[in-house]
Amino acid sequence: MDLLLEYREQLLAGLVTTVELALASLVLSVTLGLLGAWAKLSANRAANALAGAYTTVVRGVPDLVLIMLVFFGGQVTVNAIGTATGLWDYVEISQFVAGALTIGVIFGAYFTETFRGAILAIPRGQIEAGISTGMSRPLVFRRIIWPQMVRYAVPGFGNNWLVQLKTTALVSVIGLQDLVYNAFSAGRSTGALFTFMAAAFVIYLALTALSDLGLRALERRYSRGVVRA
Amino acid sequence: MTEPALRVENIRKSFGDHEVLKGISMTAAKGDVVAILGASGSGKSTFLRCINLLETPSDGKVWLKGEEMRMTDRRGIRRPADLKQVERMRAKLAMVFQGFNLWSHMTVLENIIEGPVHVLGTPRREARDKAAALLAKVGLSDRADYYPAHLSGGQQQRVAIARALAMEPDVMLFDEPTSALDPELVGEVLAVMRALADEGRTMLVVTHEMAFARDVSTRTVFLHQGQVCEEGAPDDLFRNPQTQQFRAFLSRMN
Repeated sequence: MDLLLEYREQLLAGLVTTVELALASLVLSVTLGLLGAWAKLSANRAANALAGAYTTVVRGVPDLVLIMLVFFGGQVTVNAIGTATGLWDYVEISQFVAGALTIGVIFGAYFTETFRGAILAIPRGQIEAGISTGMSRPLVFRRIIWPQMVRYAVPGFGNNWLVQLKTTALVSVIGLQDLVYNAFSAGRSTGALFTFMAAAFVIYLALTALSDLGLRALERRYSRGVVRA
Repeated sequence: MTEPALRVENIRKSFGDHEVLKGISMTAAKGDVVAILGASGSGKSTFLRCINLLETPSDGKVWLKGEEMRMTDRRGIRRPADLKQVERMRAKLAMVFQGFNLWSHMTVLENIIEGPVHVLGTPRREARDKAAALLAKVGLSDRADYYPAHLSGGQQQRVAIARALAMEPDVMLFDEPTSALDPELVGEVLAVMRALADEGRTMLVVTHEMAFARDVSTRTVFLHQGQVCEEGAPDDLFRNPQTQQFRAFLSRMN
């Protein structure tokens, strides 16, 4: 316990990085997920194909491969383009940016499917009722689709988020000093690996438990008019 | 000459190679109640949905109080020329659906004021007062704060009618409003529709209720295979069917 207290700042800094990374990638993936769901459901063939390719590729490759590809390959590519076009000098992609981008893009594919399913779960007739009342498309989305979509999406959203939160642990392999990285290095230098990994275990569990509470509140808020079995 | 409330001319609709509507024309003066009959697959629901452009007709024109719904061809696909115009006209062409289609995340009251507040821009307070009056009219004053899932089918359909009335429509379109109801609930919905007919509402009613067509409609139209097969005053039509198709239909329904 003394050991943990001695390293508390390092653990805390790791925790902050983990939470920041998770939230940054969540914002990106929800945005991509909404765009992806819209593209998959739109009548536009090109949008369908693009979204289809996105989800197929991303969901078919291990997360770790993508993270390393973006971090090591992305930097080279960006700088090659910079040199070729002369538009920018040497750019260094930070581990944080590479991690947030990659995890955001990966989970955007899962959110695409979650949101697509949620929109399809809304009875078509309710949308027609909105259209026949003279509502514009944005109004139909805001007043009828969105509130019900959130309700149908909460369970899948919660699942995705928990996996996403845990996936941030992978960025320790590209050297980002998140919770896992800091716990592991503290454990190694003190020789008390078990103690520090147990601490990481407890902290992750606390984060997911906290998320669960938030998700339940969200579900309650958007369950108006639902008859419970 | 005053313009009819609704005029449609030569409505055609194809799904792929299959032509569902083969040129239907119809006029409804203010206060007319037009009952539209036909076997399933005769195109009667599709016809109704073409009037407010829930389905885009392949051809034909629609006028509401003399204003033509402008259509255009873009890359060979027919579409509205001006979406804003269509939205404005839809607001005056209220529709009541077979499956009620109330918004399940809103209470009865919220369902009714949604269109007035968000489409017509009526102040919320005024919309609430009007909704209360409409709920009294359909006999559901005590259900304002219920969600649709807690109402019977007949009650949901009456709320849907109140929701349509709240838009102060020029023409009301009913798409088989009693077909999804248990038999003992049909009467309460028909009673409300009768009351609307009596107060001079202009209505197009696609229905299987022969008694309603005979007693309430000012004109009955029988569709067969996407065309108007017979039409006229209900008394003449039911007593003296002219075509083999309508006779066969009537004998099946009785």
